[in-house]
Amino acid sequence: MKTTQNESRMRRMRVLRQLSLWTLFWVLTKALVVFGHKSLWSGTPWITAVFLALNLLVGIGMVWTYKHLMTLMDELERKIQLESMGITLGLTLVAGIGYSVMDITNLIPWDAEIGILIFFTGACYIISMIVNTRRYC
Amino acid sequence: MKNNIRDLRAEKQLTQGDLAEAVGVSRQTINAIEKEKFDPSLPTAFRIARLFGRTIEEVFRYEEV
Repeated sequence: MKTTQNESRMRRMRVLRQLSLWTLFWVLTKALVVFGHKSLWSGTPWITAVFLALNLLVGIGMVWTYKHLMTLMDELERKIQLESMGITLGLTLVAGIGYSVMDITNLIPWDAEIGILIFFTGACYIISMIVNTRRYC
Repeated sequence: MKNNIRDLRAEKQLTQGDLAEAVGVSRQTINAIEKEKFDPSLPTAFRIARLFGRTIEEVFRYEEV
């Protein structure tokens, strides 16, 4: 049984490393599309499209690996993850639409940037994970 | 859901870690079940009961809130 547990832990660590690599590649290919379009290939549309397609494929790989990681979690860990993601999705939807309406109605003097929403999503997820982990453990 | 896992574990001189390994969950999960903060799935509840040689009703007790 101990061997099975160790094997399971090792498999999880391996998938976690794979997820880190997918995430790193996703960020790098995203940066390549944005900066390459401006500086490397002077806005040639088909090159941008090729690298954007690559970025999307890497993104799908990242999500798929995360889904695989969830299958290796035990029931409490999975519950914590799902509750955190549910809260994050709900808050992001509410805050995102609110933020967009603030932009449309000129309640804010600047344009609503997606970066703010991504930061908000990340912060919500981290806080939810901490709160839920403390709640159950 | 109430349970007497802590007593049964003490009877068998098992640590939370031992029980977690035998059942195939994390130690934190066993801790949360013992503290009644988390209700286990049916397969996990059966595995715990079987490990102690008890029926599921002898280990877990449902109480209306």
